[in-house]
Amino acid sequence: MRQLVFTLIVASVAAFASVLTSAQMKPWNNAGLTGPPAGGSASAPRRDLSGTWDAGNGGIQPTGHVASPFTPRGEEMARANKPGNGTRIVSVTDDNDPLSTMGDPTGFPRIVMYELRPFQIVQTPNQVLILYMFEKRWRVIWTDGRALPTNPDPRWYGYSVGRWQDDYTLVVQSVGTDDRTWLDNAGNPHSTSLRVEERYHRVNQGTMELTVTLDDPLVYTKSWTALDKLPIRLMPNGADLMEMIPSASEAAAYRRVIASQAKSR
Amino acid sequence: MRRMFSGVVIAAGVLLVSVPLLAHHGAAALDTGKEVTVKGTVTEWIWSNPHCFLQFDAKDDSGTVRNWAVETQNPTAMTQRGWSRTSFKAGDEVTVTLEPVKNGQPIGRLLTVALPNGQKLVAATATTPP
Repeated sequence: MRQLVFTLIVASVAAFASVLTSAQMKPWNNAGLTGPPAGGSASAPRRDLSGTWDAGNGGIQPTGHVASPFTPRGEEMARANKPGNGTRIVSVTDDNDPLSTMGDPTGFPRIVMYELRPFQIVQTPNQVLILYMFEKRWRVIWTDGRALPTNPDPRWYGYSVGRWQDDYTLVVQSVGTDDRTWLDNAGNPHSTSLRVEERYHRVNQGTMELTVTLDDPLVYTKSWTALDKLPIRLMPNGADLMEMIPSASEAAAYRRVIASQAKSR
Repeated sequence: MRRMFSGVVIAAGVLLVSVPLLAHHGAAALDTGKEVTVKGTVTEWIWSNPHCFLQFDAKDDSGTVRNWAVETQNPTAMTQRGWSRTSFKAGDEVTVTLEPVKNGQPIGRLLTVALPNGQKLVAATATTPP
């Protein structure tokens, strides 16, 4: 009986996903997939992640993930961040999330860990390019064997290099991120010393898994794995994505109309 | 068995359409769990990030017109629920259910909107009180 129920659950989820997939794949302006990965039985192509991918709801973590305990400096940095979500949530009027209240860039790694909407991967002979629907931003991951820079000027999206660990696993190392960005919507901070490892493992034609490990000894007492084999599904070929750009003027309109009047007594 | 299967299908459907609510702005200012219904006239439908919001005029109990602004999700999430940039235009008569803020201002979180033609758009269900 238990096996039968499990089979029914899998079948019904797959059926719903199939219906939603076909319904959503308009020629233009797709919002992404809402269901969990349906998988794909064909073998994964070798050293190839190209295509448009979607983690569905799993890519959006408004309350943040469990992070490592803070160092004293991390505690101080966290107190300055007033998030609209998570365990240190404040009223929307006091929210100082640089992304949603000021229109600052999401930055890396927040765009991967907490705003991972649909994204496209393009591969060239010496780069892997990731084009994110959220913000319509992109990252360049160099695969030409170069070393990461030492003491780089911080960048909103850092500096990244990648290598194929095997034919189906791309490992990306990143440094040089800008400490004005938050790690998540819960206001967890990071320093410019943050190091991030992303592992993109293609399971088969239709699915890959993403594992992200962070290490920031100035802010956190130990490294931790924020995403552990997050399943990500390949979207149909030809899916055109919506724009999802949190602009500064729209953030200002939100503050003027909603946030400024919502403060609790 | 048929009932069990129906339950499984419904549960799977709910799982598939559920998305995080107010992913950038938490519910701390809301009177969580409270649900009110207001009839009014649309003044503006703002289709924007991080969140869309609907503004409409409605008379309160004393007959004074107040301009409400009710927040909902971002355009991608709303698209997945069947809403669009053209869901409303100024002048549309609407019946709105919403979760208000605690301080009595005409601000809140949008739950549903019923249009004169009978169409009902669903944005969310009321927040479970903590």
